[in-house]
Order: sequence, then structure tokens, then C-alpha cells
Amino acid sequence: MNAQAPALRDPRLNRPEPLTSPLGDGGFFQRDRSIHPPAYAPGYKTSVLRSPRQSLLSLENSVSEITGPVFGHNDLGPLDNDLIRNYAKDGDPVGERIVVHGRVLDETGRGVPNTLVEFWQANAGGRYRHKKDTYLAPIDPNFGGCGRALTDDTGYYYFRTVKPGPYPWRNYVNSWRPAHIHFSVFGSGFAQRLITQMYFEGDPLIPICPILTTIPDKDALDRLVAPLDLNASTPFDSLAYRFDIVLRGQRSTYFENRTAGN
Amino acid sequence: MPQPLNYLKETASQTAGPYVHIGLIPAMAGFDIFEKNFSNVLVTPNTQGERITLEGKVLDGTGTPLRDVLLEIWQANAAGRYNHPADRSAGALDQDFRGWGRAGSDFESGLVTFETIKPGAIIDKAGRKCAPHVNVWIVARGINIGLNTRLYFSDEEASNAADPVLNLIEQPVRRATLIAKRGERAGKVVYSFTINLQGPEETVFFDV
Repeated sequence: MNAQAPALRDPRLNRPEPLTSPLGDGGFFQRDRSIHPPAYAPGYKTSVLRSPRQSLLSLENSVSEITGPVFGHNDLGPLDNDLIRNYAKDGDPVGERIVVHGRVLDETGRGVPNTLVEFWQANAGGRYRHKKDTYLAPIDPNFGGCGRALTDDTGYYYFRTVKPGPYPWRNYVNSWRPAHIHFSVFGSGFAQRLITQMYFEGDPLIPICPILTTIPDKDALDRLVAPLDLNASTPFDSLAYRFDIVLRGQRSTYFENRTAGN
Repeated sequence: MPQPLNYLKETASQTAGPYVHIGLIPAMAGFDIFEKNFSNVLVTPNTQGERITLEGKVLDGTGTPLRDVLLEIWQANAAGRYNHPADRSAGALDQDFRGWGRAGSDFESGLVTFETIKPGAIIDKAGRKCAPHVNVWIVARGINIGLNTRLYFSDEEASNAADPVLNLIEQPVRRATLIAKRGERAGKVVYSFTINLQGPEETVFFDV
């Protein structure tokens, strides 16, 4: 097939600056794996037996990768983004009250609207509400430790919670996780799917964490550390931390001319 | 120095950890918190298509099942159409099928199951017919960045033989790692799969 050359669009076109990316139907920008932790990272011992050893097979994005599940407000409940209240039984959970907020962006800098963000964490003592967590710090009867939000039309999300505590884990005999919140993000296509962890500015456990230091790129590691955002705090109520999340960008044009191979 | 391009960088991945259930499947962590929950059942009574169970395990480098793994699947409906606006193909949408589900493995056996329908064949934008398949994403403790693979169906031999993605895999023996085997149990269609993270039968994983 001798199709016309595709009409290209500047992926960074910004006049007028759109707040969000138009829904593209091209492939996603190739993932820069040098900023991600490698599958095999022996300092994080569990990765040794759980890391593929063959090369990943690079796949031009097809409709299977550029599409992904669509979520709406009907999927969520009114307290889903309020971890202070969404499991409260007889009072508020113990801990430092915080707001975590930010935008889900793509690599072109534009917001990813209406995308599902899920988060989970330990309580203020570093204990998870999970049947497999046996750490001696107590469960908080008023804290579940999970929530979710849909980004708005600019890609913005926020939730309220208490700051999680650090906790010990079995890697070396004296390994401790820095305080962190787990994030799961969808984006518009299944190839953007991402799970990561947010850390807190100033935590001395960050540079010695065997999981965090699987990331080979210092700047990429720093981008997982949320700064205190005093301007967004609520006086006499909550401090705030800012955490922006960047998903892969997308080409606007699908390349139909295949010249080689299959 | 050339001009800076100023693209943002993707946020780095981190392992989902052993307690991924709290956030994504809280009932498995042992508590009830949300009014509405996501699950491993993709179908409603009104969904069109052949009901199937997908059932399998993820094995580590010693052949031991992961008992704390979480899988998500994303698939087209029975007409080969994804429920997403970027799929502009001709197949009819099914309002009773989102096409996505998630499942945690059983804490004892490691078994992962999905109740879904068999997807239809997909016509890609280049006009090629793609064999019916389910896209799979795998996260767990010890997995630093989610693994992408696919499941194809053993009773689609002709379609599989012509599938452009399966044919990208150089060694035919490795293509077989992506084929779920059709069987029946108590009158229900069950497709069985094994995902090997390492070893001579290591599953093909994709850099999508």
C-alpha cells in the first residue's frame, strides 16, 4: 500500500497552550528504560527470581496498546479520596494529617484528564491493614489505608490522609522502608499503565532504601520525592505534599506505512 | 549545545510490593472499604460472547507459583472492538463489557482466575487481522516494572499462525509460551495458562 505520508503535528505545539492532550490514536513514545529500575536488581533480593532474563520483545503499538479501560465517577464513592474518613469507625486515624495533590501529566507536559489514580499506604506507625502484615506496630482501627480519585479535566488529583510511618522488612536483617505511598495510574492506553511509590522530602531512609535505589538515575529517583507544599496546606488542619506523575506521551499520528518485515 | 527539547520524563516505576491488595483489591487484604470494587469478573449477564474462564499461575525462577502477584487483563469484546474511543474499527461496541479486570493470585495455590468472554479477532489500522488475544499486565513484590504479555487461544491455530505479533517472535517454541490451552470443566470453558518469569520456557514479555 502506497499511502500518503502522514500529516505530522508538533507534539509540543503549545499555541494556545492546551491543558490536556487530545486523545491521540498513535503509539506512545518509546519508553526510556534507563530511568526505570531494571527487572534484575540484586540489592532488592526478591527481584532475583522474579526478573525475566530474555530481552523484552519490542512491539509497535497497535490498538491493543493505545486503548485501555475507561473509568468514570460512577466507579467511585464520595469518600474514596479521603483516607481520614473512608474507614473511620469511632474517630479520626492517628497521625500527621496531610493532603497529597498534583497532576497526572504526559511527557509533552499536558494533563491526563479523567484517569484513575489509586493509592495505598501503611498507617502512621508503619503497619498495613493486610492479613499478611505481621509488623508489631498496631493496626489503627480508624484507618484503612487506601483510596482513589479520578483526575479532573486538567489532570489534577488530590486526597487527604495521614502520613505513613517507615517500617522494617526482610531484605537485609536491618532494612527499613522510608515512609511512602503507593500509586497506581492508568492513563488513556494500557501501555501507559504504571505503579510507583511517592516518598517524602527530607526522609533520611531514602538514600539507603534497597527498593528506591533500584532506580539507576538520580534525577528519576528525586522525582519520586514529594516536596512539602506549604502554600497548599490548610492552616490549623493539614500539611500538603505535591506529587506530579508523568506518563508516556503519545504520537498524534499512527504510522501506517510498514516497509519491512511483517 | 543544541536547543533543549524539554520533554518531561516518565515517572519511574516501583514495585507494587506485597500489600498491593490493600489499594487494588482490598477484600483480599482482609477488609471492606469501598462501595464499588473492581474484580476478576469482566462479564455481566448481558455481555455478548462465549463465556470463558482464564486460569493460570505465574512461576518464579524455581518454578514456584507467586502467591502475591496481581494481574490485569485488557481485551476486545466478542466483536473484536475495544471499549475505548481510540478504537475506531467497525465492530460493534458492547455497553455491557468494559474489557478490563484485575485479579490477585490465591494466597495458598497461586492460582489466578478471570471470568470473561473470548474476544473477537482484531483488525489493526494497517488492515491486518490479529488473532484473538488478551493483553496481560503483571505486578508483584520483586517485579520492579510491570510486565506486559499476551494470551492467545489454543483453538485459534490458523489465526495464531498468521498473527503479526506472534510472528515477530523469532523462535516458534517461544510463541507457544503465549498460548492458553482450551479445556472444559463442569460444562464450562476453561483456558489454562502458565507464565514463567525465568527458565527455558520463559514467557515472552513485551516492551510496549
